[in-house]
Amino acid sequence: MNSKAGVPEIELAGVTKQYGNAHAVLESINLVVAKQEFISIIGPSGCGKSTILKLIAGLANPTSGTIRVDGMTPLNARETISFVFQDATLLPWRTVKQNIGLGLELEHAPNAHREKEIAALLDLVGLKNVAKAYPRELSGGMKMRVSIARALATNPQLMLLDEPFAALDEMSRDRLNEEILRLRAEQNWTAVFVTHSVSEAVFLSDRIVVLATNPGRIHAEFQVELPAPRTSAIRNSPQFDAIVARVSHTLRETLQS
Amino acid sequence: MKQRAINVLNALAVFAALVGVWQLILWVFQVPPFMLPSPRAVVRAAGARFPMLLNSLAITAEESAGGLAASIVVGVLVALLFAQSRWVRKMLYPYTLLLQTVPIIAIAPLIIMWVGAGIPAVILIAFIISVAPIIANTTQGLISVDENLVHLFLMHNASRGQLLFKLRLPHAVPSLFVGIRIASGIAVIGAIIGELFAGSGRVGEGGLGYSILYASSQLQTDYMFALVLAASVLGFGFLFLVMFLEWYFLHRWHESARAPEAE
Repeated sequence: MNSKAGVPEIELAGVTKQYGNAHAVLESINLVVAKQEFISIIGPSGCGKSTILKLIAGLANPTSGTIRVDGMTPLNARETISFVFQDATLLPWRTVKQNIGLGLELEHAPNAHREKEIAALLDLVGLKNVAKAYPRELSGGMKMRVSIARALATNPQLMLLDEPFAALDEMSRDRLNEEILRLRAEQNWTAVFVTHSVSEAVFLSDRIVVLATNPGRIHAEFQVELPAPRTSAIRNSPQFDAIVARVSHTLRETLQS
Repeated sequence: MKQRAINVLNALAVFAALVGVWQLILWVFQVPPFMLPSPRAVVRAAGARFPMLLNSLAITAEESAGGLAASIVVGVLVALLFAQSRWVRKMLYPYTLLLQTVPIIAIAPLIIMWVGAGIPAVILIAFIISVAPIIANTTQGLISVDENLVHLFLMHNASRGQLLFKLRLPHAVPSLFVGIRIASGIAVIGAIIGELFAGSGRVGEGGLGYSILYASSQLQTDYMFALVLAASVLGFGFLFLVMFLEWYFLHRWHESARAPEAE
């Protein structure tokens, strides 16, 4: 990875997004994400959480303001970004293995490298014994693992995750949250994680950004000071509960305003 | 397995009942054989001219298959063109509807004038009336891809070609098969109608449609019935083949891929 030292991973300056003449979805967003930081974006429905991710990914253009990813425009930085969608968005006609290899295939990675990378990821996310299965044979949690493995396959520097676990039951969600932290500790990517769940945000993040709606804007930010490494036990600590309570309280403010 | 045996038995029972009703009508109303032959006469007529019947069946099968194959190739190519832009689609789609509504009987003389009577003309007619459902269904499949999947491909800087051949086309295969299933029935009908007009270069020898016309002009009603039955068998055979291929290609990954015996 050829990341430039000293340059923040993401920089949004005065970003406004408006569709047509309708009222702004996002207004004057200023946000800086440091390299290897894990931030969560949380807020009520319609506050433009997912739009921020799309803007960073270059899948949508801001109406005004500038966006830099590792000092580049989002389009130029694309090779270093992976996106994990709310649905697993797997190709149903491909096996687990072939799905994980999709990104490498599209980027014309050599075959040998692809095979090696896929094998390592199957191991890493615990999908070895379903490598040849088709998505329809997998549970929701397993599909999401495939989706994450596919995102990691291209060795990203920045992971954008758009409510990836929203459709899962709580147990699968907790397990995958722990897995995300483990993977991140091994690979050191930066992450922007959009979620509806306060406890998920607190468990995962270094920092939480709370958005307010109408127009979407940054309402508050929280530094999450929990000891590393975080394990599942941390969810039962009073510290954890205190932060969840504070964030939840702030989130409620955004609904009343 | 047991369920399948029961299904087959049920179908056979219905068939036996139909033949029974047919025979009953003959007895009760005393219908003359040239208007409605007995089931036995039909079987006898089919047996007596079996090689000829088989020959007609082979000709019609060839024409239908030719028309259907042309429909699949042309239909997929047109759909690929339609998938390129909404603008192209809006401009050209009405003309595919025209294909579907064109009174084939009215343009048959033109076709004979252009390509001459015989198998090529019949294939052309089968093609014209069976291509529209393939275009419509395949286009739908190509353009109804989930937006997030397109975004996923874009995130990996996918080329236009990669988007088309690694995402849109495989996604459209189930819809393509729906189109082929509809078209396969229409192609057989198209071939038979085509033969009625552009049947054969030689007198007395041609596909099922031509032979039906010929037998009717000779008042060979029993043989005519045998030909009609053969036409039904052909249509059914086509549909079964398509459904088998659909199952074969899709059952591993597609939710709604049905087993051939499911219909």
